[in-house]
Amino acid sequence: MIPTFGYSVLVITFVLAIYGAGAAAAGALLRWPVWVKSARSAMLLTFPLISLSALSIIYLLVTNHYDVQFVYNVTSNSMPYYLKVTALWGGQAGSLVFWCWLMSAFASAVTLRKWDRDSEFLPWVIVVALVTLAFFLGLVIFVENPFVRFWQTPGGQQIVAMFQPAGAIPIAPPDGRGLNPLLRHPGMIIHPPMLYLGFVSFVIPYSFAIAALVTGRTDDRWIRLTRRWTLVAWLFLSLGLILGSRWAYDVLGWGGYWGWDPVEIAAFMPWLTGTAFLHSVMIQEKRGLFKRWNIVLIILTYDLVIFGTFLTRSGVLSSVHAFAQSAIGPLFFGFIALTFGVSLGLLLYRWNILRAEGQMHSLLSRESLFLFNNLLFMGILAVCFWGVIFPLVSELFSGQKVTVGPPFYERSTGPLFAGLLFLMGVAPLAAWRHSTAKTLGKAIWKPFSASLLLVVALFILGIRGVALLGFWLAAWVTFVTLYEYGRGVMARHRRSGESLPVALWNLAARNRRRYGGYIIHLGIVLMALGVIGIEIFQTETQGTIRQGQSLTLGKYAVTYKSLAEFDTPDGRNVARAVVDVSRDGRYLGELHPRRDYYYESQQPMTIPGVRSTMEEDIYVLLVDWQPISSQGATFKVYHNPLINWLWLGGFVFILGTLVAAWPDKDPEEEKMRVSQPVVVPGRV
Amino acid sequence: MKRFLIWFALMSAFGLAVLYSGRVWAQEPTPSDDEVNAVAKGLYCPVCENIPLDVCPTQACAQWRDLIREKLAAGWNDQQIKDYFVTQYGDRVLAEPPRRGLNWIVYILPPLITLGGAALVILVLRKMRRTVPAAPVSMPQPTPGVENTPIDEYMQRFEEELRKRKN
Repeated sequence: MIPTFGYSVLVITFVLAIYGAGAAAAGALLRWPVWVKSARSAMLLTFPLISLSALSIIYLLVTNHYDVQFVYNVTSNSMPYYLKVTALWGGQAGSLVFWCWLMSAFASAVTLRKWDRDSEFLPWVIVVALVTLAFFLGLVIFVENPFVRFWQTPGGQQIVAMFQPAGAIPIAPPDGRGLNPLLRHPGMIIHPPMLYLGFVSFVIPYSFAIAALVTGRTDDRWIRLTRRWTLVAWLFLSLGLILGSRWAYDVLGWGGYWGWDPVEIAAFMPWLTGTAFLHSVMIQEKRGLFKRWNIVLIILTYDLVIFGTFLTRSGVLSSVHAFAQSAIGPLFFGFIALTFGVSLGLLLYRWNILRAEGQMHSLLSRESLFLFNNLLFMGILAVCFWGVIFPLVSELFSGQKVTVGPPFYERSTGPLFAGLLFLMGVAPLAAWRHSTAKTLGKAIWKPFSASLLLVVALFILGIRGVALLGFWLAAWVTFVTLYEYGRGVMARHRRSGESLPVALWNLAARNRRRYGGYIIHLGIVLMALGVIGIEIFQTETQGTIRQGQSLTLGKYAVTYKSLAEFDTPDGRNVARAVVDVSRDGRYLGELHPRRDYYYESQQPMTIPGVRSTMEEDIYVLLVDWQPISSQGATFKVYHNPLINWLWLGGFVFILGTLVAAWPDKDPEEEKMRVSQPVVVPGRV
Repeated sequence: MKRFLIWFALMSAFGLAVLYSGRVWAQEPTPSDDEVNAVAKGLYCPVCENIPLDVCPTQACAQWRDLIREKLAAGWNDQQIKDYFVTQYGDRVLAEPPRRGLNWIVYILPPLITLGGAALVILVLRKMRRTVPAAPVSMPQPTPGVENTPIDEYMQRFEEELRKRKN
């Protein structure tokens, strides 16, 4: 009964979404406000309806309804409650419903804001949101239905169907297959929701862009309205990516944080265009330039979001993440082609009225540097896109399957990322409009010289090559950013006499976007330090040792002390080793690398024992190349220098985004509070 | 006597083994795991997608790593082992597509696109600079010879306030 209920609610929502989109379009084109109001109500109704359906799935998951195929696939008796709830996004069908749930929530939130000055946008925002929602609902209803159940036909056959076939009886297996062990980690629990939140919230700026195109509003109103949405979307997407890489480092067992896996890249591509967009819209707001380019960027971001969901869900590019193949592929591809075509068509239709309001004055102006920033992001996008697509192209045209792996990506994107770091150090000091090499040089020479001094110091310490370049870039950006902060604080301090900490606080508070952005840049620099450390200076060793014996890696020794093997109540066999870590003979601590073997899914998982300091990680894995026993076990030891700067940088990055996105008090309200009462002569 | 000799031989063998094993830190099969990993790092699991051979946990990969160990012990070098795997399982075992035929597209296209983009950016920048500069926004100036009406004065002050707030 519950499955039928959950499914019917989705069907109703699907019809409602199509109705709402049609009503909004008709109401806008034919100027019938009543239809637009009706569409708005339809939009708002989708959220409670989908909530009912999603909650039905969660109910079925938590109450072990194994007659439902989805529940059978992702849960089992031995799983704890909270994991059963999060299993909603542990499988294809459930996660599509989850996507719809988030989409309707965000679209409803947008619909509920004050629309007074922008009411002409409302119908088109509703159209885009509901068309997207209808597409995903359609996928769930027709292709990947989480409510299908197991039945036994009168002929004895076991089938899967939504509604009861004639004469068939429901089958309920006694236990489920259980969630993929890789997904049973806290990082993996919040990583998909964060990514989906990022994906879904990027639909909002896109819908405003389409609304602006349709209504012919050529000013930057649509950008100002969605400024905060874009930042929030970008925040969630960044957080999702950072959490994903933390999870990979903690659990996937190869001592790395980013494998250039197609699905990682699928989530990375909208982030690239999203970041380019974040920067580029500032130019449109300040100077009225690049209107067409901004529209192109948000269209790309939207379609890459759909493409990203497609890559994760369709299995067209098998990877660590991919689930089983299904008919979803062609449908996604069709939807992307359709939306891309229509969006581009609208852009071309409005091409002429999107003329630039100003002009570019110099190659070294901030606008120009932002354009180069965009160019580099597009370059990285081209590398990622081709790298992901090429194995398919190759298989299609030559029958040969090839792998495009990390060496390709690292070599191709490395210089581009370095270029971006360099720009991060120049652009904050470049002026808008007019900037010559001389004026730029004057602004830059102090932090630049400081960074060169640091480079000389590092060179003396023995750092060479790519690492030296990387550290220089990090120092360069840090000094420039701190210089900018310093100048701002000193200016405030001198002008208003505020103490330095107060001046700092007020500086950031008055111009959150700019100074929050600088904090984000600092976060990126810290992350770059971590990346340089682990990519260039990582060392590893592996060996099979008996109890009491040690593996050496440089100055470190890892000694095998003991092993405990036991079964846990949630269905796994754990082999837990105790090892001692020492450096130069001095004892540092004890680590517990584990190998968990999940009986249900017959899958092993290696959890490393890690000793973390800001200087490095000693990362010890219990590898089961040879059978693990107290007589002998194989260990792999990684030495990962500076890796924790990556996580610290991620934290600073998120903090910076929160600063940038924090709501300002309404500027009109603020001015009314501080202004003097106006005295009109001749009146009392 | 015979028993004693057998016992003595066994004990000596055992003793020698203990002596020798005490000399090294870890039990090192030759070639060592590190040497196998060094080769395996450059190869990808022929069966599971996108997982490098040195970290792949499956049975099949374990067998392939043993194969690498055998080949290393037989004196093959890194390149020979890679070529062997390619002949057996195809180009997909390599970490990046071998540079021949159709595969050149993936190496050439992204740099081409970036350079093309750079050219486009520079062209656009040049073009935007050559367009007629926009007429400067005119402030209401008091025209000489005409009386400055109160409205003009208020307009001037209004424009000034507006500019101040904008900055």
